[in-house]
Amino acid sequence: MCLAIPGRVLTVEGATGIVELGGVRRKASLQLVPEAVPGSYVLVHAGFAIQVIDEEEAKETLDLFNEYFASLEEGMEEER
Amino acid sequence: MKIMEVCGTHTMAIARFGIRSILPEGLALISGPGCPVCVTPSSVIRQALDLSQRVENTIVTFGDMMRVPTGNQTLEMRKAEGADIRIVYSVLDMIEMAKKDPDRNFVFISVGFETTTPGTALAVLEAEKQELENVFFLLANRRVIPALHALAAAPDIQIRGFLCPGHVSVIIGYGAYHDISERYSIPCVVAGFEPVDILMAIDDIVARIAQGAAGVGNAYGRVVTESGNSRALEIMDRIFEPVDAPWRGIGVIPQSGLTFRREYEHFDALRKFGIRHMAIREPAVKQPAVKQPANHDLSDDEPAGCRCGDVLKGVILPTECALFGNRCTPSTPVGPCMVSTEGSCAAYYKYGA
Repeated sequence: MCLAIPGRVLTVEGATGIVELGGVRRKASLQLVPEAVPGSYVLVHAGFAIQVIDEEEAKETLDLFNEYFASLEEGMEEER
Repeated sequence: MKIMEVCGTHTMAIARFGIRSILPEGLALISGPGCPVCVTPSSVIRQALDLSQRVENTIVTFGDMMRVPTGNQTLEMRKAEGADIRIVYSVLDMIEMAKKDPDRNFVFISVGFETTTPGTALAVLEAEKQELENVFFLLANRRVIPALHALAAAPDIQIRGFLCPGHVSVIIGYGAYHDISERYSIPCVVAGFEPVDILMAIDDIVARIAQGAAGVGNAYGRVVTESGNSRALEIMDRIFEPVDAPWRGIGVIPQSGLTFRREYEHFDALRKFGIRHMAIREPAVKQPAVKQPANHDLSDDEPAGCRCGDVLKGVILPTECALFGNRCTPSTPVGPCMVSTEGSCAAYYKYGA
């Protein structure tokens, strides 16, 4: 139930935003993330954005993921 | 060595990505009580069924609640009999319904942990702002920290580390785990939901155990901060206050539920419709709740043979229940852990142990 999906805020009107979630545009309440602006990445749960995603941290995690997958591939190459 | 993943969404991700199969021998990931639908007492569903019998009432719920068996009934069956029961994606959908249909009462079955509770709090504020007098809440929200205290103190479980729920922690912050970590010398590490997120968190927990250290870690830094979402915390605190509350299959855990503060109690469906409070109907369990023997009497809650309570506490694996996979499957679930898509039994059934 605690599933939350990252998406990009497209527009903001009052306390509501239109957020692109995996290619689908949905309304989301931005009342819990007043700092969100168009272009922000937010985490959406059951119609509410609950957090603005820290882009720097997200990039670092992506780098870690890539490092991990690269090491996996290397491992597979070696096995061959 | 047992590490407990507390969150149902983690349970699903761990099963789906086969993470258990790559862990070294001697390291076991056990699932905790982190599926809100699974821990919602059957009395809440009975109350919703009761309320659905009044023709002027509409029951509004998240989809997972529809098939949870309570006695011989489910909300889905009652809907098939003609009751007005509607599934929503967001509690805000109910506000829209209530505005359009002022002659009907709308009762939201409010389940969920801290990820979900701020939404209910905002819906209360919205109903108040719009002066809606036909919106009510059957409040069954639960708080994660008191449950972790009960589990950490339980002698029959012996958890060495907690893999802490990512999206609950978005709201409460990783600072909320310091007390548990210190009091029970248990490492607590917050994890995201990608396989690598989970592996990094397990790695952190194991490293802490190896060093004989506890402490709190955060492997989900892109959304989790130490203090959480202060606005969400403030809004929840404004509307609700903690109360002792029953967890299905586990018993009463002190301060683990929420009730309306006096200024907002006119939104309480139990009060509005004169139904006894759920805590009174549940069997009282001596504290700490999880010290109860495996066969303690929660017959009021569980169908014969169903061991959801032991699964939720991590005492047994889903596959150790005699009903698993034969009498109890996702298409014919006996207990809530097989109903909910993120219940431990459903996860084990779908992806294999």
